Amino acid sequence: MSSPAFMPAGTVYGTLLNTLDEWEALSPQMAQPPYQGAPKAPVLYIKTANTWSASGSAVTVPAQTTDVEVGASIAMVIGTPAHRTTVRDALDHIAAYVLMNDLSLPHASFFRPPVKYKNLDGFLGIGPRLAPARQAGNPNHFQLEVRIDGIVRQTVDYARLVRPAAQLLADVSEFMTLRPGDVLLLGCGANRPLARAGQRIDISAPGLPALGTLSNTLVAEVA
Amino acid sequence: MKRARVNYDGAVHDATEQAGQLLLDDGRRISFDAVHWLPPLPPAPRPRTILALGLNYADHAKELAFKAPKEPLVFIKGEGSLIGHRAHTLRPAGVEFMHYECELAVVIGKTAKKIRRDDAYDVIAGYTVANDYAIRDYLENWYRPNLRVKNRDTCTPLGPWLVDAADIANPMDLALQTRVNGQITQSGHTRDMIFDIPYLIEYFSSFMTLNPGDLILTGTPDGVVDCRPGDVVVTDIEGIGALVNTIAAAP
Repeated sequence: MSSPAFMPAGTVYGTLLNTLDEWEALSPQMAQPPYQGAPKAPVLYIKTANTWSASGSAVTVPAQTTDVEVGASIAMVIGTPAHRTTVRDALDHIAAYVLMNDLSLPHASFFRPPVKYKNLDGFLGIGPRLAPARQAGNPNHFQLEVRIDGIVRQTVDYARLVRPAAQLLADVSEFMTLRPGDVLLLGCGANRPLARAGQRIDISAPGLPALGTLSNTLVAEVA
Repeated sequence: MKRARVNYDGAVHDATEQAGQLLLDDGRRISFDAVHWLPPLPPAPRPRTILALGLNYADHAKELAFKAPKEPLVFIKGEGSLIGHRAHTLRPAGVEFMHYECELAVVIGKTAKKIRRDDAYDVIAGYTVANDYAIRDYLENWYRPNLRVKNRDTCTPLGPWLVDAADIANPMDLALQTRVNGQITQSGHTRDMIFDIPYLIEYFSSFMTLNPGDLILTGTPDGVVDCRPGDVVVTDIEGIGALVNTIAAAP
């Protein structure tokens, strides 16, 4: 008997600018308006429950939209409350890891919260299986591959983060408690591929087969 | 009907207001002082969506030196930031400017997708009062207002009552007031919202499904001041309720 698909019990927090390639790509703009400085705290956003799509399900692309941006990430599922945790203890709060497909309508400005770009129905694909943290090994060794219609279009190397998993968790828990069931994405990388209605997106983690493959197909909205 | 959710004598209860007392779901009548007040929301099967508006009153936008927005400025809060009536909100050490925001909160009652403004009131279960505290020291221009300002533990008191929508003739015709230690510091009126409640429901439901128990915090008017440990902050909306909160120093 197969177990039902994992769905988060808590709030899902996404993380912007946590990969070195994302940071480098945006750094020429950071001193300019409207940002007027590089971010100091982790830059977070929330993927609300209406965005959650099980692996294997189709995601509807709204009419008048051509491309959707694919934000593949490995996410941490919190097991015990994390409040002002230290870097040294941070990973003890993680129950498991899971794949996520953080879809967005492409947007160039990160000044205002991205709700109308990121919180559309179905716009967060959720991996089919959890990898228990004890068996997953060091998150700094994780890697991702993103395929669109079977062709590798992006890889993400979690050795190249602004804040590695433990540091990210510690810095977020400085200002808010992460509760059991909450989920925190490690980051989606630069050069995120675009996909269109009719295309299939597959995300997998080489070296961590326990996570399985997160697959979603994009379909056009029926007017 | 005014509905509450309280912790009394070792259990969580739904309650209603009856002649200045709480009528618990098990028939007991008790005083307001006998309970711990929780956010007045029924449990939701999935984490609820909490949408919050920035700069939705023209006078407050001007106070913060922003032009009135052309479309709603919205951010999202996690459920972990909510606390009930008569609770404490923590002020971190060393910050300069922490202020309340008195806001009318809309509680969604029906699944809502692509709702037209003429039908918007049909999807509302009721209203409550939110105090959407901000700690301005932590503002950054990345997804502003950023979560370090707006998603802190204890920083979103909600309550005391969920007032049934049927009991509020016109939510766009309510006076708002905040008192700090008994002094009026903020006065406004819901008719001065830039984007009114039907507009907001049409706008959000055009791209995202709203579900029963989801919240829309509709923004705050002019008149925010710094609050210090020991300050008693009462955010009060006509016909909805007076939400009491006390600032405490973070440990």
